[in-house]
Amino acid sequence: MRSAAVLLLVLAGLVAGCTPTGSAQRIEIRIHYSHFDPSELTVPRGVPITFILINEDPIDHEWLIGDAAFHERHRHGTEAHHGARPDEVSIAALTRVETTLTFDKPGQLLYICHFPGHEAYGMVGTLTII
Amino acid sequence: MRRLAAPLAALAFTMAIAAPTLACGGLIGPNGAVNLLRTTTLAGYHDGVEHYVTAFEFAGGGGAFGSIIPLPGVPSSVVRGGDWTLQRLVRETNPPSPFALEAAGAAEDRAVVLQQVRIDALDITILKGGGAEIGVWAKEHGFSLPPDAPEVLDFYANRSPIFMAASFDADAAAARGQAVGDGTPVHLTIPTKNPWVPLRILALGKTAGESVQADVYLLTDDHPALLPAPGSKLAEGGLRLAHSDSASAELLTDLRSDKGMEWIPQSAWLTKVEIDAAAADLRFDLAIDASGAGKPSLRDAGFAPFGPLPAPPTWTPLWVMLLVVFFAIPLGGGWLLAAVARNGGGGRPLAG
Repeated sequence: MRSAAVLLLVLAGLVAGCTPTGSAQRIEIRIHYSHFDPSELTVPRGVPITFILINEDPIDHEWLIGDAAFHERHRHGTEAHHGARPDEVSIAALTRVETTLTFDKPGQLLYICHFPGHEAYGMVGTLTII
Repeated sequence: MRRLAAPLAALAFTMAIAAPTLACGGLIGPNGAVNLLRTTTLAGYHDGVEHYVTAFEFAGGGGAFGSIIPLPGVPSSVVRGGDWTLQRLVRETNPPSPFALEAAGAAEDRAVVLQQVRIDALDITILKGGGAEIGVWAKEHGFSLPPDAPEVLDFYANRSPIFMAASFDADAAAARGQAVGDGTPVHLTIPTKNPWVPLRILALGKTAGESVQADVYLLTDDHPALLPAPGSKLAEGGLRLAHSDSASAELLTDLRSDKGMEWIPQSAWLTKVEIDAAAADLRFDLAIDASGAGKPSLRDAGFAPFGPLPAPPTWTPLWVMLLVVFFAIPLGGGWLLAAVARNGGGGRPLAG
């Protein structure tokens, strides 16, 4: 009984630590040597999340977040530059960009840079929505 | 006195498509891909000067493409290379196929342009800067660097902040009457005490399993020691020693008679290293020691950590510690034992 309570407390702490429900969150994603850091994130649904995308590389990157169908479209090219939609962000070399999204349904999405060769090089991250 | 030191050879080609690209989907330029073929380079080292001769050859396509090559020092001259030096070297080591020329932190500071030279349809710029600065310069000048470029540029800039950017205008080449397969030789004269051959740059922009092929000729005063040694485990099977012998007098005479090749010494050692490696395995450079010491540099080969050299040790030098271990401690112990013996062992115990 007591151990179950401790477990619940720990779980509650974990969830609270990364997903303080009810209030907006800010999450930094660093881009270094053409990799996302962190490459795995967990966020709560229904909460506005502001992603601060920091490109430390001297080359341009992009951060496109969506499901498999979304990425399949982008693998074949949509636009040379993104910026009008919050889930499609271009980040010029050595700059930072902020974008805010709210995820309504639990599930898993990928964030990928679709510049030529970047996905194959490892510019892929996973976002889990709980 | 040894007049000639170590030889060097280096070459590195990186292709960066400068034609328009779309952000999504890996689309390349509308004129089709421009492919860089197998490359051949000569690096000779004589009287503290590296002579670096390489050629740019394009295999088709239009628009512009470029190459960024790390250098061990600032060139004192960049000129059109001799007309047939590389072909002559190929013939020397591949007699059955004569004249088969196969080769052809935050950047607040900006890269410094040290030299700019136009050779045929090739625009060559010598740059000084850190990895980020070179990357920004390349971007601003139409190079589309591949995703591994930031790491690779830092890998080199931490050792030598000198780079050569070569931009090849294929349309201009065609207008000049250059045909597909024609090469433009370039000869760089680089005073340096630390010659090395950049190999890792050859894998830039390639996927892990893609093959990297190149021929590197070294012309040195003596038989050089190489790191990694061709065929060794360190070389991951990607380097093969294809030729290693005294250069023939005929070869040296021939090379000396080509334009700009008067520096060729009267005697030399000719080495040919063939590179045939998967891009993922080519994570080193070729360090050369032709001084006779037989100690090519780990750092120049890219195996040692980079960055500033560590400060001189403030701790006791090793030889002093050894002196203490082998002499002072036994002597002190002997004195102690003698003192105990003098007391007949019946005195007060030392402890407990």
